[in-house]
Amino acid sequence: MSRLAVEGLGISFGGVTALTDVSFTVEAGEIFAIIGPNGAGKTTLFNIVSGLYPPRQGCVRINDEDVTGLPPFKLARRGLSRTFQNLQVFFRMSAADNVMVGRHMHEKRNVLAHLFTLPSVLAQNRVTRAKAEELLAFVDLSDVADRTAGNLPYGALRRLEIARALATEPQVLLLDEPAAGCNPVETEEIDNVIQKIAATGVAVVLVEHDMKLVMKISHRIHVLDQGHTIAQGSATEVRTNERVIAAYLGRHGQREAARA
Amino acid sequence: MMRRFFDSPYAVVLVLAIVVAVLPLLLPSTFYLRVAALICIFALAVVGLNLLIGFAGQVSLGHAGFFGIGAYAVAIGPTHLGIPPWLALILGAIAAGVVAFLVGRPILRLRGHYLAVATLGMGLLFAMVFANESAWTGGPDGMPVPRLVLFGIRMSGPWTWYWIAGVTLVIGAWIAANVIASPTGRALRAIHDSETAAQVLGIDVARYKLIAFVLSAVYAAIAGAYLAMFDGLVTPEASGFLRSIEFVTMAVLGGLGSTLGGIVGAALLVLLPQLLTVFHDYEHIALGLVMIVVMIFVPAGIVPSLANLLGWRKS
Repeated sequence: MSRLAVEGLGISFGGVTALTDVSFTVEAGEIFAIIGPNGAGKTTLFNIVSGLYPPRQGCVRINDEDVTGLPPFKLARRGLSRTFQNLQVFFRMSAADNVMVGRHMHEKRNVLAHLFTLPSVLAQNRVTRAKAEELLAFVDLSDVADRTAGNLPYGALRRLEIARALATEPQVLLLDEPAAGCNPVETEEIDNVIQKIAATGVAVVLVEHDMKLVMKISHRIHVLDQGHTIAQGSATEVRTNERVIAAYLGRHGQREAARA
Repeated sequence: MMRRFFDSPYAVVLVLAIVVAVLPLLLPSTFYLRVAALICIFALAVVGLNLLIGFAGQVSLGHAGFFGIGAYAVAIGPTHLGIPPWLALILGAIAAGVVAFLVGRPILRLRGHYLAVATLGMGLLFAMVFANESAWTGGPDGMPVPRLVLFGIRMSGPWTWYWIAGVTLVIGAWIAANVIASPTGRALRAIHDSETAAQVLGIDVARYKLIAFVLSAVYAAIAGAYLAMFDGLVTPEASGFLRSIEFVTMAVLGGLGSTLGGIVGAALLVLLPQLLTVFHDYEHIALGLVMIVVMIFVPAGIVPSLANLLGWRKS
């Protein structure tokens, strides 16, 4: 049983086909990368899998259950979480509050109790806060827990999004360019964090442009070009695949690569 | 010390309770007590509206509709249905909550300007119903509101109403602080900053918007009922378009997302017209100018900007 299975996924926007017949599976503890040139359909794929767009064809399964077309908040309850390429941090909230929001599904949601702050709500808040602090420590952000997220540096926000996604206790975690805009030191930190997450048994799906990072940490790589799958395999297999080289470098580059 | 104190949402409630308790000792005449009672009543509506606009980030230009439901409930209930005023007040608040639930489900799907226009339409609809159903509401001239009787005592006069409205405001601010510090409050603030991220984290966005809408409607209805009973009269203007705009202006001037801000905004908009009467015919121009100047120089609203200036809030 695969943690995540995507079968024959397709979508088009106003007659333009963005994805055609994309299939793959991701196992528990695996780091699965999706790469491809700009406009290959990577983020579109993420948006379908995480329920933001309904697919035209195909289906998505989590732990063998069909979850195609479920709204994002229900997918979250099935164990799927994600981060965003263009950061979707709660900028006006503190770092700790951001992560605490991620605990939402695991909290008691009795609004009447919230209106009058029954003792159970205070106990709940303490538990949530402790869990958030634990996760901030995991991504090395403990010292900025009470800073407003909007004032944190870019690399910290990337890690904050990861901590927030982890707070939902996902079984499948989609990371959309987690190292985008990060310097080499920050990229290194994120790379460590991703490996630690996969080691806990989470199926990690990664969209990333930083090839060094992708080649280093991914177990398997899936290559998209113009909405089609052109290759899938280990880092070495993908690196030497002619169609992949052609897609990234063009025909001329293919000759160069052959000579190199 | 100051900083930590003002970070707690309960600090506002404590300060407010002290101000409400001490204020009557400082006021020179019953005229000012009347003004203070009005401030408390409007502030109550704005504290509720702030949960919707300031925290959940959903605008409403129709909350006077709920204010009107509360106001007409305490007029129609005792007059036409023989319900005691205190029960009519409670039923009015419940009715506003139910109406908000039914109206909110479809219209809270809309965002930004579209939501603003839809809520505007909702408010106008209520005002028209109150103006046209003359047999029940007395039509455009309105109708008298029987005095509230509690424990056999007739509640009237600014002194009594100051205390009723003041205590209710403190309780209302306390409940708002509770909500803000709870998982519900975190969900509302999350929706304000990124609906997409909130959904992905498992928050049922539609449900939480509806909770904020219903809560704010109940606050508005109670405030409306108080004003009607305090004045002893209700007219369709209670739920008019200008009243809705007034609520939003109070919330924005004082500072969105700040309970104290809403109260300061309400105080300002009730007080200013009284103070600006020295300008006689130019009163409204002066009022407009003050509002424009505030928005230009402190766009975040009075209370949040002041708190920043004094370093009460952390970076």
